[in-house]
Amino acid sequence: MSFLSYFINGISLGSVYAIIALGYTMVYGIAKMLNFAHGDVIMVGGYVIFQLVFALGVHPFIGILIAVIACTVLGVTIERLAYRPLRMAAPLAVLITAIGVSYLLQNLALLIFTSNPKSFQSLINVPALKLADGALVISGETMVTIVVGIVIVVVLSYFIRNTKSGRAMLAVSEDKGAAQLMGVNVNGTIAFTFAIGSALAAIGSVLLCSAYPTLTPQTGAMPGIKAFVAAVFGGIGSIPGAMLGGILLGVIENLSKAYISSQMADAIVFGVLILVLLVKPTGILGKKIQEKV
Amino acid sequence: MDELAYATEKEGMMKKLRINKIIRNYTTYAVILAVYVIVNWMIQRGSISSLFQGLLIPLCIYAVLAASLNLTVGILGELSLGHAGFMCVGAFSGAFFTQVTQQIFTNGYLRFFLAILFGVFFAGVAGLLIGIPVLRLRGDYLAIVTLAFGEIIKNLVNVLYIGKDSRGLHISLKSSIDLGLEADGKVIINGAMGITGTPKDSTFFISILLLFVTVLVIQNFIHSRAGRAVMAIRDNRIAAESIGLNITKYKLLAFSISAAFAGAAGVLYAHNLATLTATGKNFGYNMSIMILVFVVLGGIGNIQGSMIAAIILTLLPELLRNVSPFVSENRMLFYALVLIFMMLFGQSPKAIQFRKKYFTLSTYLKEKPKKEV
Amino acid sequence: MALLEVKNLGISFGGLRAVNNFNIQIQEGELYGLIGPNGAGKTTLFNLLTGVYKPGEGSIFLDGKNITSYKTIDVNKAGIARTFQNIRLFKQLSVLDNVKVGLHNQYHYSTLEGIFRLPRYFQIEKQMNEKAMELLKVFNLDGYSHYKASNLPYGQQRKLEIARALATNPKLLLLDEPAAGMNPNETAELMETIQFVQKEFHMTILLIEHDMKLVAGICEKLTVLNFGEVLISGKTSDVLNDPKVITAYLGE
Repeated sequence: MSFLSYFINGISLGSVYAIIALGYTMVYGIAKMLNFAHGDVIMVGGYVIFQLVFALGVHPFIGILIAVIACTVLGVTIERLAYRPLRMAAPLAVLITAIGVSYLLQNLALLIFTSNPKSFQSLINVPALKLADGALVISGETMVTIVVGIVIVVVLSYFIRNTKSGRAMLAVSEDKGAAQLMGVNVNGTIAFTFAIGSALAAIGSVLLCSAYPTLTPQTGAMPGIKAFVAAVFGGIGSIPGAMLGGILLGVIENLSKAYISSQMADAIVFGVLILVLLVKPTGILGKKIQEKV
Repeated sequence: MDELAYATEKEGMMKKLRINKIIRNYTTYAVILAVYVIVNWMIQRGSISSLFQGLLIPLCIYAVLAASLNLTVGILGELSLGHAGFMCVGAFSGAFFTQVTQQIFTNGYLRFFLAILFGVFFAGVAGLLIGIPVLRLRGDYLAIVTLAFGEIIKNLVNVLYIGKDSRGLHISLKSSIDLGLEADGKVIINGAMGITGTPKDSTFFISILLLFVTVLVIQNFIHSRAGRAVMAIRDNRIAAESIGLNITKYKLLAFSISAAFAGAAGVLYAHNLATLTATGKNFGYNMSIMILVFVVLGGIGNIQGSMIAAIILTLLPELLRNVSPFVSENRMLFYALVLIFMMLFGQSPKAIQFRKKYFTLSTYLKEKPKKEV
Repeated sequence: MALLEVKNLGISFGGLRAVNNFNIQIQEGELYGLIGPNGAGKTTLFNLLTGVYKPGEGSIFLDGKNITSYKTIDVNKAGIARTFQNIRLFKQLSVLDNVKVGLHNQYHYSTLEGIFRLPRYFQIEKQMNEKAMELLKVFNLDGYSHYKASNLPYGQQRKLEIARALATNPKLLLLDEPAAGMNPNETAELMETIQFVQKEFHMTILLIEHDMKLVAGICEKLTVLNFGEVLISGKTSDVLNDPKVITAYLGE
């Protein structure tokens, strides 16, 4: 029974990774850049909710809504100010800028909120599910996280395949130049992608902080990196891949915490990444991209 | 202009260029030596504060780190966020070597020299092991994997226990009791408590010497057959393949050399402290970013520049401590801004165009060639 | 025996048949033209010959050796060097260094000899410099040897790419639209240089162009590619007078 409980918690953690990984994978697929600051947008979302709900007593639903809006605005602003001017520059320059932005957000948060951890109470009011006479307890957070994860993936997949803006995203991800010639607003589409990714980051922050109720300026960093690992694991650029990679990673992490060593869990997760890159560099569901010569 | 005059002018220009290049290379060595002589003279006269004296070895360490990371970022064109991790490998393996061989080698200089080689070797091997799976892929992966590597090494060292007794070495990942040492046994690496009692072998002289060797090796590497191959791969991988260059070999070579020198800096670091522990501050992400800031501010690909940036950015917070405490306390915030603005104003196509238009610092290399008549 | 012999080469991308049943024989010392309208599959063919793409079927023989499954770097070591339609120089390196990188596999000293500047470093570097300057002189680039490659004018960049390819000491040189983007004067000069290279180095050259007039002047033999298939091969004068070729270029 304890195995099953670790497993289900792993799926829950994995769903959080998956939601964050979606932001990475979409931005990577469309703007062809690794948005290092994505994890820190989650942290900002966490602080917004904390300030609104716990310090000012705003209703949690409104708090979450405002956090989603705040993260969206932040994501689009970062894209506009820091990444867009470098779109034609060397990939290294964009990557370094993204690291700079990530670092800036962390240190601004440090300046404003200090490094003292804020304790975050769960915003999810769903009773735990007790199975097999209480031997297996599934918390409300776990259930909500899994459900939210599935809903987001389904909605997002539908959106990309069946709406005009979704197809514009696909077009830009295939070939920016050609998309532009076909009348797609490339800059707008990329900004829109950042908006969706950042909104998802805000939702991710609600779920993450509900499950791990301490908030520090570094809160987003590690989950952010792991979510990127999940995206690579599942095949970067692929939405179902992000979900699959996220869940697998969550399960691996939780099981190694339980059965191997809690200090080594992160090492194992990254070990898995290196293994995947060795065996199948494009990830589980990724497709091979032929470089144009 | 008649052709002969044009040819002589070209010849003269080339000569000038070549001489400039030679002078520039030797100037670096001369400056390092001069700094050593002057600082030493000032120490003897007693005109250097103890605070500044304490900074001398760290300054050399940072300069070595900056120069070696620039080999990866500027010459190889890949981003490593785990440079502090390689430093950590070097620091712990070097200190471990010193602890184990303290009875064997009585000559401190010889022992320290071997400790550096030991640290260099392990850091280089770590670089190789990370590089093999990752350097085949796009640059972004290297950034993530090296970042992860840095964190893993830090965590690993914190749960690593190694002890020594008459039966030999014992290793455990649980606790020092778990080592099962004999009564006279000695714990060398004590998990999160790290390594204590390493002799303070690092001196300003050895640090300067290491800096000198680092610059020598990296500069000469860049201007050799192998270094040219590395830069060719950076500039255009497909073309490099088409002329028969072994991409993986040269990428791995440059990356391992870079990691090895980070290891050397680590050994120096370990032998400058009584207690060596792996924390986020010395071997974590923040440290790796700080080294990256040195590289970016000093100029990607400019080895000398990154060393100067390392020195300025290390001294500045100390100098500003009394003038503006805010800046020296929140230096990480400024590092972030340095990264962003250096890229936005240095690398974006618009900024480059703007610079070309209004600040034509035309060097010989940038000058438009004259039309032949 | 032909220097290059390609038999039934073909490749598909998804549903698109980019090259189909391609055959060619190039004798040593020939200057051979490969022409065809845009999108006919000429560059794809170069990518197949140099191991950038793996052929779906067919085989490639260089000097009697089957190189079909070779990787790009091994193709070069076997003796094929190429240039690119969209110039691919080592932009940050000097003009001289671009050629010296091309000499990489012919001049050896170890990395340690380089780092510690042992005598062999100086000896070999000197030889490399001399050889590289010699090659640059052929293309009238010796005066620019210390320029950054990206600061060369466009026409000179194309020439530098050819010099770099020649530096690898190939048996066969593939030139992908070497005159693209050049003005008529530059083109005429380049064509002379190519002929000079053919004679001086006894080089076998396969040249892609979509402008027929250019090729007609210098190539002894031509193959016309259309929709991934060989339309006709043979002596230049015969090919150019063939009604099929005129149709392919001008339409019905």
